[in-house]
Amino acid sequence: MPDRPLVDWAWIGDHLDDIASRTVQHLAIAGMAVAAGFVLAFVLALAIRRWPRLDGPIVGVSGILYTIPSLALFAALVPVTGVSLLTAEIPLTIYTLLIYIRNIVAGFRAVPADTLEAADAMGFTSGRRLQEIELPLALPLIIAGVRLASVSTIGLVVVAALIGDNYGGLGFFIRDGINTFFPTKVYVGAVMSVALALVVDALLVGLERRATPWARARATRAVA
Amino acid sequence: MPESSHGASTVEFRHVTKRYHAGAKNVPGAVNDLSLIVPAGKICVLVGPSGCGKTTSLKMVNRLIEPTSGQILIDGVDAATRDVIELRRGIGYVIQQVGLFPHQTIAENIVTVPRLLGWSKDRQRERAEELLGLVGLSPATYRDRYPSQLSGGERQRVGVARALAADPPIMLMDEPFGAVDPIVRERLQNEFLRLQEELAKTILFVTHDIDEAIKMGDLVAVMQQGGILAQFATPSEILASPASEFVARFVGADRGLKRMSLSRVSDLELRRPVTARVGDVCSEARRRALADPFAYLLLVDDANRPVGWIGEDEIPTEGRLTESMAESMSPLLDRRTTLKDALSMLLDADVQAGIVVDRAGAVVGLVTADMVADWMRMTAVEAEFESASAAAADEDPPAEPAPVGA
Repeated sequence: MPDRPLVDWAWIGDHLDDIASRTVQHLAIAGMAVAAGFVLAFVLALAIRRWPRLDGPIVGVSGILYTIPSLALFAALVPVTGVSLLTAEIPLTIYTLLIYIRNIVAGFRAVPADTLEAADAMGFTSGRRLQEIELPLALPLIIAGVRLASVSTIGLVVVAALIGDNYGGLGFFIRDGINTFFPTKVYVGAVMSVALALVVDALLVGLERRATPWARARATRAVA
Repeated sequence: MPESSHGASTVEFRHVTKRYHAGAKNVPGAVNDLSLIVPAGKICVLVGPSGCGKTTSLKMVNRLIEPTSGQILIDGVDAATRDVIELRRGIGYVIQQVGLFPHQTIAENIVTVPRLLGWSKDRQRERAEELLGLVGLSPATYRDRYPSQLSGGERQRVGVARALAADPPIMLMDEPFGAVDPIVRERLQNEFLRLQEELAKTILFVTHDIDEAIKMGDLVAVMQQGGILAQFATPSEILASPASEFVARFVGADRGLKRMSLSRVSDLELRRPVTARVGDVCSEARRRALADPFAYLLLVDDANRPVGWIGEDEIPTEGRLTESMAESMSPLLDRRTTLKDALSMLLDADVQAGIVVDRAGAVVGLVTADMVADWMRMTAVEAEFESASAAAADEDPPAEPAPVGA
């Protein structure tokens, strides 16, 4: 299209509302999958913590699920769950599982054995030990998992645009831009999606800092 | 020594065995038919080479490990019959790696058990401050720090404070001072012993270091491979008459020296030096010095604090004593100085006598190398006699101290 500029700024200026609402939609779709995946993975990770022999099967199955091409999975679900939010959320949730389970399990395993023994020896019940000792100490790795899952899900939501206009968030612009040979839309969709991922990641880094003050204390040790 | 032992419990091992593979013996950590009684308020040190089952024995008390057979009685009650969570909250636990919770502040770490027991926040805070003070850490400085900001020695202190938090009658300590350098370890040991004089807890203490065992223990249980109790006696008994070849080798060839580190200047009957004050008449002082077998006169000031020695032949026949007449000084000892330290200091001095002073620095008496040697000979004979009679009594299972408050 030599007669049209690569980026049509006027179009962007005219569609700010549209871009904003697609961004919010994108975030909502990703957020649901990130949250649902976390809950599911957390339960599975607790099961692995309780029965370590489940580690192989659970990680294996979520690994296999992870290798299914996303495009295919979305397409395959349409006949089953129809053109619905569920068709978008199921694959997005499935793809978070492997990331989450690995990180949460690694987080629990990173808690030093003598810390656990000390907790047992002081009379922690197993529930309180989990809540007051294991979870806080596993937190850095768990949050690392949330970061990875968030960034990867925000990228994948774009693909869900395949299902229908309302399930791809910013992916709608990309799909539409390709179909109508209008590169500006493709750029807006891609740039906004990347920006969203970076912002969410930065927020989670901030959250991790706030949630693990002891990790910073280590860095400031020195003088004492 | 400890007067108030109502805060302590008696711990009895009764034929306790722990096997790790059905039937197999000599597996590291196994314990074989261990029977012993730790009286309330005493420190019992379990010592032996690695794999001798000492840590296993310790962990069976708070049931981190369950015995294969036998019983552990606390104040006469079988630990196996008690609720394990409640049992553990009543037993302090200190380990080598300390096991402080890295994500909690020092104050939070210390009040772990009180928190589990549901104490009020105010009471927890008060207790944390009190315990920090007790283990020699300033509350204002340390309260809000994290474990990673502390040195190894400071962490060990916090570990002890945490174990003491709910005032448990029993403490289990597994190489609690193992991870710090020798100088810090020495200091922590001394402080802990001083603390124990007030607290009078029943303490089971595991170490592989026989010197630490002798220093810390009211009673020492020497264990050998296979989890066998080789000897259970007071430190001086073990040093004076090891029960077996194994114990003798484990205790080491320098057990005479070790015995000296067990005894203190206060155990000796001190010699009274001939003293004279600065300004006293020389002739009179000289007469008294010559009349005494010891060849030196000790010059003291008005407060009876030592100024220095004057050789009896060097005392002028007339005039008055002045400070400048003092030729040399001896090391100053106090009643708490061990005989080993006393001997090594006084052998170094020009005049081979240690001057024992009180808190105010006033002269109390003298210690000489001969006095230390005499004392060693005398007590070796006594210990030999005691352990011979103890061995005779041992034929029956030990049943001496009746359980307290059972």
